[in-house]
Amino acid sequence: MIGWLVRRLSQSLLVVLLMTLVVFIGLNAIGNPMDILVGEDLNQSERLAAIAHLGLDKPLWQQYLLFLQGAVYGNLGQSFVYHEDAMRLIVQRLPATFELAFSAMLLAVVLGVPLGMFAGTYPDHPLSRLLMATSIIGFSLPAFWVALMMIMLFSIKLGWLPASGRGATRELFGVQWSFLTLDGLQHLILPALNLALFKISLVLRLTRAGVREVLPQEYVKFARAKGLSPIRVMCMHVMRNTMIPLVTVLAMELGSTIAYAVVTESIFAWPGAGKLILDSINMLDRPVVVAYLMVVVVIFVVLNLIVDGLYYFLDPRVRVEVKP
Amino acid sequence: MNQVSIATTKPTFKAQSPWQRGVAEFKGSTTAIVGLVLLLVIVLVAALAPWIVFQNPYDLMQLNVLDARLPPGTANIDGGYTYWLGTDGQGRDLLSAIIYGLRISLWVGIGSALIAAVIGTMLGLLSAYAGGWVDALLMRLVDLLLSFPVILMALMILAWLGKGVGNVMLTLVVLEWAYYARTARGQALTESRREYVDAARGQGIGPWRIVVGHILPNCLPPLIVIGALQIARAITLEATLSFLGLGVPITEPSLGLLIANGFQYMLSDEYWISFFPGLALLITIVAINLVGDRLRDVLNPRLQR
Repeated sequence: MIGWLVRRLSQSLLVVLLMTLVVFIGLNAIGNPMDILVGEDLNQSERLAAIAHLGLDKPLWQQYLLFLQGAVYGNLGQSFVYHEDAMRLIVQRLPATFELAFSAMLLAVVLGVPLGMFAGTYPDHPLSRLLMATSIIGFSLPAFWVALMMIMLFSIKLGWLPASGRGATRELFGVQWSFLTLDGLQHLILPALNLALFKISLVLRLTRAGVREVLPQEYVKFARAKGLSPIRVMCMHVMRNTMIPLVTVLAMELGSTIAYAVVTESIFAWPGAGKLILDSINMLDRPVVVAYLMVVVVIFVVLNLIVDGLYYFLDPRVRVEVKP
Repeated sequence: MNQVSIATTKPTFKAQSPWQRGVAEFKGSTTAIVGLVLLLVIVLVAALAPWIVFQNPYDLMQLNVLDARLPPGTANIDGGYTYWLGTDGQGRDLLSAIIYGLRISLWVGIGSALIAAVIGTMLGLLSAYAGGWVDALLMRLVDLLLSFPVILMALMILAWLGKGVGNVMLTLVVLEWAYYARTARGQALTESRREYVDAARGQGIGPWRIVVGHILPNCLPPLIVIGALQIARAITLEATLSFLGLGVPITEPSLGLLIANGFQYMLSDEYWISFFPGLALLITIVAINLVGDRLRDVLNPRLQR
């Protein structure tokens, strides 16, 4: 167990270190941020002073080591544009992104699991066929276009839901949340649903496949023969074995939901980290881009670690060492 | 009458090649045929665009700003033709712009998928053939690439390289080759244990000729399936990146950028600028997915009856 954990942790650390190198070297190849930030009206000595102030005069490897040193302490440099700590900027915006991503995942589970259970139990029912056909479209729809169509239908034509911003927020644990106020919830519905569309299809299909695989098995027949109610058989016996792959896929999907929030946030003007990163890419605000990428990479690696750990505990077969 | 029909439906036993059987099975699904026909029409229209459309939407001389944001079905001021799908904010005929945008989408999607397929397959075969540290290194790289969300990698690469169609294609190739490499490697490892490889080796055929001439052809079916689905993914990703303003230049809008440009006019009820390009995108992706799904069923040896 400890050996496995140590090996897995060192792998994760190596991945993070590799990504810092890729991110840092990669972003040093983009255009000179000085041109955008200080403009033409500076004289040569002022220019050099500004370059020195931002640490852009040192050799690349030295910049990287400084960057790495700072990264360990969570300090990834000052934003060129906002003149604020880049990491602080990202962390300030993260709760909004998390709120959106978790709401989307919740929607995917609440809608996808019951529908998938239905489609798996009655595969030939017309409604099941309709669900499967709809889920193909759910996979094919370009999410950003659906977002625009949702805004047009629900906000402009029908006027039911607001289409931009977070609405009123309320503080909990020192952070502002939208889901605690009615106005905030109304603002949350459209972006969360948009981000969830793909996940709903995915969860539906996974649940359906799992249910269809488990239903014909002996222990399900036995549970039925014992006279247990169909609902009890479904919830206690079928779902328990369907849940293992579902939970792992969902944990993995959380990371990609946070990354895809970039698109949703920019359409619904949701003030999360994704909107910040898009603006920063366009303004060549290097430290913010680096900080965002590093934060998401770390979130991702940690999620991977948790998923592997879950598997280790849930599925005894994984513990058998497979040597190549 | 009965006798005649019995006589004509008498089964004939003919030897079929795997490809003939595949084609016959593909024809068995109506939705796949619909998808294929749609796809062929889309590709044909996109390829022949300059001879079909009324105006070249990228030629600023042919655009008339006075014609901006006209609703669908409006006649053009000179009376030469009708704007069937309306015009966009710059006075482009939307139908022409969509067809030209489709050209970019298909070119980026198919081009990047082909390049990625060639590179990925070669590296996958190399990985399977070489084994050892080459294999370990390549496969860890593949794991790394596949474990991160595509959009994150794309943002990283485009933040690095800057905008442009070429850079979007390069990004797609960097992201996609891993899928082909993993599949080609797995398939090649399975195939290399088959008897026909032993037979070829016994005949004294060199290792490279075995890999390229004997193993590669048998790795193709799953790679073709991945290719079809990757083209759809690539087209979606290009549209998304262009929508975010990280893809094609503003003077030559692709479908994603047309949709983005139409966003600002939606609030004043001018829906068509965003709606129709998205519809074209959706139809294209659904058509490719329908064909890809059927190909997967037909080419999957485990499902062959």
